[in-house]
Amino acid sequence: MTSAANGDQTLRLELNGITKIYPSVIANEDVSLSVKRGEIHAVLGENGAGKSTLMKMIYGVTHPDAGQMKWEGEPVHVENPAHARSLGIGMVFQHFSLFETLNVVENVALALPGNPDLNELASQITEVSNRYGLPVDPGRLVHALSVGERQRVEIIRCLLQNPKLLIMDEPTSVLTPQAVRKLFDTLRQLAEEGCSILYISHKLDEIQELCHVATVLRDGKVTGHCIPAEETPKSMASLMIGKELPVPERGEPAELGEIRLQLNSLSKSSDDPFGTDLKAIDIEVRSGEILGIAGVSGNGQQELLYALSGEELVDNADAIHVCGKASGRDMPGQRRLLGMGFVPEERLGRGAVPRMSLTENALLTAYHADMLRLGMIQFERISAFARKCIEDFNVKCGGEDHAANSLSGGNLQKFIMGREILLAPKLLVVAQPTWGVDVGAAAFIRQRLIDLRDQGTAILVISEELEELFEISDRIAVIADGRLSPAKMLADTSIDEIGVWMSGMWETPAAAGVDANA
Amino acid sequence: MLRLERRPEASQMMSYLSPLIAIVLMLIGGLLLFTALGKDPIEGFKVFFIYPISDSYGVSELFLKATPLMLIAIGLAVGFRANVWNIGAEGQLIAGAIAASAVALYFYEDEGAHILILMVIAGAIGGMLWASIPAFLKTRFNTNEILVSLMLVYVAQLLVSWLVHGPMMDPDGFNFPQSRLFDEPALLPILVEGTRLNLAFSFAVSALLVGYIFMYRSFAGFQMQVAGFAKDAARYAGFSAKRMIWIGLLSGGGMAGLAGMSEVAGPMGQITEHVSNNYGFAAIIVAFVARLNPIGIFFASLLMALLYLGGEQAQQYLALPSSISNVFQGMLLMFLLGSDVFINYRVRWKEAIA
Repeated sequence: MTSAANGDQTLRLELNGITKIYPSVIANEDVSLSVKRGEIHAVLGENGAGKSTLMKMIYGVTHPDAGQMKWEGEPVHVENPAHARSLGIGMVFQHFSLFETLNVVENVALALPGNPDLNELASQITEVSNRYGLPVDPGRLVHALSVGERQRVEIIRCLLQNPKLLIMDEPTSVLTPQAVRKLFDTLRQLAEEGCSILYISHKLDEIQELCHVATVLRDGKVTGHCIPAEETPKSMASLMIGKELPVPERGEPAELGEIRLQLNSLSKSSDDPFGTDLKAIDIEVRSGEILGIAGVSGNGQQELLYALSGEELVDNADAIHVCGKASGRDMPGQRRLLGMGFVPEERLGRGAVPRMSLTENALLTAYHADMLRLGMIQFERISAFARKCIEDFNVKCGGEDHAANSLSGGNLQKFIMGREILLAPKLLVVAQPTWGVDVGAAAFIRQRLIDLRDQGTAILVISEELEELFEISDRIAVIADGRLSPAKMLADTSIDEIGVWMSGMWETPAAAGVDANA
Repeated sequence: MLRLERRPEASQMMSYLSPLIAIVLMLIGGLLLFTALGKDPIEGFKVFFIYPISDSYGVSELFLKATPLMLIAIGLAVGFRANVWNIGAEGQLIAGAIAASAVALYFYEDEGAHILILMVIAGAIGGMLWASIPAFLKTRFNTNEILVSLMLVYVAQLLVSWLVHGPMMDPDGFNFPQSRLFDEPALLPILVEGTRLNLAFSFAVSALLVGYIFMYRSFAGFQMQVAGFAKDAARYAGFSAKRMIWIGLLSGGGMAGLAGMSEVAGPMGQITEHVSNNYGFAAIIVAFVARLNPIGIFFASLLMALLYLGGEQAQQYLALPSSISNVFQGMLLMFLLGSDVFINYRVRWKEAIA
């Protein structure tokens, strides 16, 4: 429990009745929260529950519309992040704020007041990184660092200012399981030295492992407090979503059919100077199976997805076979005609047109499903399809005539998943199938993917959530630095092994010789 | 403290209200302008906006002037909806006028309906050919169609100037830089006796109708709208960007060429250096005031035509320079762009938090 916090009774941070209203949504309503010294305090909630807004107010990025904040017992109004830092509040953002073309020392120097001496700073960085087990070379350019290393830079940058409170916003979403464990060691060490930590996450197992106390937010309001060590992930989930968590049912692997997707040593150099080149990727997905691809984001997933969908063509048509046809030079529309469905990572602007209605957004990819006559749109058919999509996938919206950008991210995700699934593709390629949807809907989507597999669709899922992949995949492979590991049957692997593979290390004797298509 | 705040969703109402606000602001601006020039603003308003259409002949002139604007604006709107920015309709109009004139002069003193039909085809193809240059360069070399199409306007102007000083010059015209007057068979039939309103007006109305069906009912029109709203979504859905660039530029070019034909075979009856009255540029304003909507284009073209007529009257009765029309056009566009800010933003009175 809060052993480190026992000595001193003054609270480090106290929030009373904090309210923040945005034009269309109440982000936080009457939120109260208190953090003791040396306490690791979890703020738990789903996407959109108001966690990030609350943290931004503590860090002075935005300001509350009502309520009071006390810092070490004194009322305070945090003007801006610089003010927050001078009070001793540090924050590591979900999305890093580093300049890729500068090196580590320069990036750290930019965040410090005054004009620090770079050599001296470099030795300070080394000192801090040794003390907390955060190895980083101060002279390296940021764009050459891995995501985990970049996060270390962010943390070191905060630690150099000796913070009394460190805010971590979803820090593990980009880390391998091993890197997560290292991070937790660092955080525990900090807490023992008296630093308080606000830890934002929706990952229940992490919170249980790390945090002393938790405050649960739902729809911007505090819905409960708990001591994670005394809870189960299930009980915390019901606090978080307000109901019981369903678990998807998965039958035995179906009878495997023909090969629907085949990549033959697909290599492609990225146009983006900071992108990842794809290196000799081999994939085979058969009818009736789900192949999961795990990996830390930024390891070639984007590039692989663009190549699979046809949004980026590859030079060699033979490198990609869709339903038996060499398709490397085919446009996305041609691949759809061959029976491929595709769900991209970006929903708004790529998977859907923000300003268009759901009906029109259904037409976006359903056009070849008998929705046209002589080049004219058959509006009744397409809006019937959109309605079915909304009903089947429980999309919360004002109706099929409402614009895509009036939906929440999770509901739009449900709509796009529904659209692609209802088209009953022969091959479905999905990126982050449950991104941003609540836990209940996520379980439903996973179930629908499994059902689709049972009906004989070949499915390729690329996800950063290992738990998800282990829930639905028949086989699992890992992408790291643009290379793809051999695929393993789910029964033959473990989260730990995949976790090791995620850092690119699979050419161990244990991994060699595994038949990719067992 | 007043501040602009992003709306959670773009305001549908404001996007239709904004052109009306722009028109009202343009009128107010006009009244102030007349006052500043020492003219009676009420009289100025009447001369500009009432007198030109106070009799049936005036109304027919209004429709005549609106015809090329409608043709060009609907053609441009097809491309603009897909973010294909053809700014060179003026040049495409000239190219169409040249091609149609070439047909008319080739068949000089000939008879038959084929002449007019060939002129219509030649006009449209001429405009399309001129527009195909930026389309080709954009699809092949990814050049900027705004720059290429705009620069080709000046090439077309020099080309027509050379032609009417040379190959197309009227041999009996005392060296005036203009062609022969076309024969009766090379002129568009008049729709209403006693006016200059000709068949081209029904072309324009038909074009608006076809444009409406294309934009709101056809899958190709849908694809272009998707590309305009979200390029990545169009790519994801598998719509061909190159095809849209071609459709967008050729529709604008073809319609502008047809407008050019309707000028030389209509009110002008010959080709001169000043074959266009800046219709190619004014139609861009028309298309935006109309929110790229065919019905809107009908009314916005009439408004723009009124500005042309009003400008002519103002020269005559108020002794104002001919550029007065351009001033009004410019005000209209500027106020439109200004009030369009409020489609995505709203003004809020915001008190600073103590």
